[in-house]
Amino acid sequence: MTSPAPAPPSRATAPAPGTGPVLVTTGLVKRYGDLLAVDDVSFTISPGETYGLLGPNGAGKTTAISMVAGILTPDAGEVTLAGRRMTSRSADSKANVGYVPQDIALYPDLTGRENLRFFASLYGIPRRAAKSRVAEVLEVVGLTERAGDTVGKYSGGMRRRLNIAVGLLHRPALLILDEPTVGVDPQSRNAILANVESLAAEGMAVLYTTHYMEEAERLCDRVGIIDLGRLIAEGTPRELTALVGEHDRVLLSATGDLGLAAARLREVPTVHRVSVTPDGLELFDDDARTSLPGLLRVVARAGARVRSIAVREPDLEAVFLHLTGKTLRD
Amino acid sequence: MRASWLIALKDLRQRVRDRSAILLALVLPLALAAIFDLVFGSAATPRPFQYAVVDLDRGQLAAVFVEETLLPLQSEGVVTLQRVDTRSEGEALVTSGRVDATFVLPRGFSVAVRAQAPAGIEVIGNVDSPTGSAVARSLASSYVAELKSVRVAVAAVAAQRPLSHQQVEQAAQRAVAVTRPVRLDDISAASKVLDATTYFAAGMAVFFLFFTVQFGVASLLDERATGTLPRLLAAPIPRGAVLAGKLASSVLLGLVSMTVLVVATSVLLGASWGNPFGVALLVLSGVLAATGITAVVASLARTADQAGNAQAVIAVVLGMLGGVFFPISQIGGFTTALSLATPHAWFMRGLGELAGGGGVIAVLPAVAAMLGFATVTGALAALRLGKVVRL
Repeated sequence: MTSPAPAPPSRATAPAPGTGPVLVTTGLVKRYGDLLAVDDVSFTISPGETYGLLGPNGAGKTTAISMVAGILTPDAGEVTLAGRRMTSRSADSKANVGYVPQDIALYPDLTGRENLRFFASLYGIPRRAAKSRVAEVLEVVGLTERAGDTVGKYSGGMRRRLNIAVGLLHRPALLILDEPTVGVDPQSRNAILANVESLAAEGMAVLYTTHYMEEAERLCDRVGIIDLGRLIAEGTPRELTALVGEHDRVLLSATGDLGLAAARLREVPTVHRVSVTPDGLELFDDDARTSLPGLLRVVARAGARVRSIAVREPDLEAVFLHLTGKTLRD
Repeated sequence: MRASWLIALKDLRQRVRDRSAILLALVLPLALAAIFDLVFGSAATPRPFQYAVVDLDRGQLAAVFVEETLLPLQSEGVVTLQRVDTRSEGEALVTSGRVDATFVLPRGFSVAVRAQAPAGIEVIGNVDSPTGSAVARSLASSYVAELKSVRVAVAAVAAQRPLSHQQVEQAAQRAVAVTRPVRLDDISAASKVLDATTYFAAGMAVFFLFFTVQFGVASLLDERATGTLPRLLAAPIPRGAVLAGKLASSVLLGLVSMTVLVVATSVLLGASWGNPFGVALLVLSGVLAATGITAVVASLARTADQAGNAQAVIAVVLGMLGGVFFPISQIGGFTTALSLATPHAWFMRGLGELAGGGGVIAVLPAVAAMLGFATVTGALAALRLGKVVRL
């Protein structure tokens, strides 16, 4: 792939010593008509590693992982799973993947246990083994007591957890989690994140897509930032935040002529990047603590009124903003 | 194969829990068949016409009408006949609705006929029984026409040489004896028509079959909409197994519902479906045809709801054209030809063959026609729905 300047692509990232990568993707491309949904994406994941694909909605995350899961066939490039090439027809490779889609992919008129048994049978788990494995994954996701209820009666968080449980049934080498915490309450989200941490600790490779930077920072050993179908940066969270440098991120909630204020701020030598947000202005500064009074004066002279100020340490959100000029929730 | 079976079983389990599916597959057809049978059964089942006859003539030709025209029909079960002595009695029977019509053979009828004088048979019809009255008029007319032909025959003989009264009688007797050179035996309509109970049972069963089998195929669109389809495609199973599983669940649903309906209508309503092997062949080919047609309709839709609506319209139109509510073939002409473009008509036709005493061989044309529908529509559906599972 064409690697972004700030961080080298994963193709160059060596797997952990002594263990080959579980997943290797090379130059993946997917087009829908004129739309280039995924453009030359390459990355690897080693056993026990959690790899995060971070990007806004529509960035190409789901398309990329659909190719990894063998659901979509790439227009170019290839996916290798545990040394075998993945295609939409390769049953052996698919059996190594646990796929947890973004949608709740369950049958609401079947019970939790029936859902699990059905998918266990599709993965070829013998009936007796399936019975005990279903009980195990129900325990893992904390749904043993509600296993006999139809999924239609589950809360959103319970459905999310069962959705993940299906992906764990056949003990896959690679677990793909596509935005698994969308729309869940904080308690269920914590439970899901704890499950993922525990699975990775047991040696499972995890491919995790999200647009929540705090999840990526908590779970991921390495993060690939994807935007407009391209992997624009990759590395550990620490490596990526270093791309922003020692700059502070300043969020100004403001009203008035924000365009003029942004233009004036760009003329300040300590300011590196200014963008207008729905709430006001966002910028990076060498040292916000000393520069802040001067910055506020510049904004006031431009005719804008500041209502509140927040100064943050660099994070993945800041990295994304730094690399693309927009926020993850744009 | 195994994966298709697993998907079909899962679908069946879902359908069993869906009360609307059971309602459409079993309860409604059974209930409607029973109601239709109750309401229209007596009207639809042929019954003997009830006639009275008043012989005021007491002559030979009046006796011939009763004994050679009406009594043979009575012995065949086509009419029931009762003799009354006076015209007013006959009229009273008609007015009270106890008979469909009364024949009145007027005094002097035989003499008038022999004398080549005007003579007629009076028919008093029941206004509430137009068909019975029309048949009575037709019987009287045909007898009068017969007498006319005898007159012509006698006149033709007399024209060649003068005849004595005795010779005229003999010529007339001979003419009467040869007036039926052709006998019409109509077995097709009489013996291949289903009785009302079986007709409504079969009609409702095949009509609702098209609603029953739509669940399996339409659920593929549901799987796509709810996000379970990508999960199925990510599983280590052939992609074709997903589509095959959906088609298999439609066929299984159809077979189960039809089997239950055949048994239930036989036991509860007294329907007589005919040779079990013939019925089995008709049911199997009918289910395959219904599955193919509903699958094609589903393949043209974007959502399961769209598919359901379109399938319902197609089911109703084909059902009406196919004659499941009334025997549309009686309309004749283009409509009859059009009805053969539906599996329903072939299904009912096949059952008619069984009702006429036919066996497995007799239903093969109907089975072949329905398998033709299944093959063409099934291939089209597989072609179009294959794109759905390829995403």
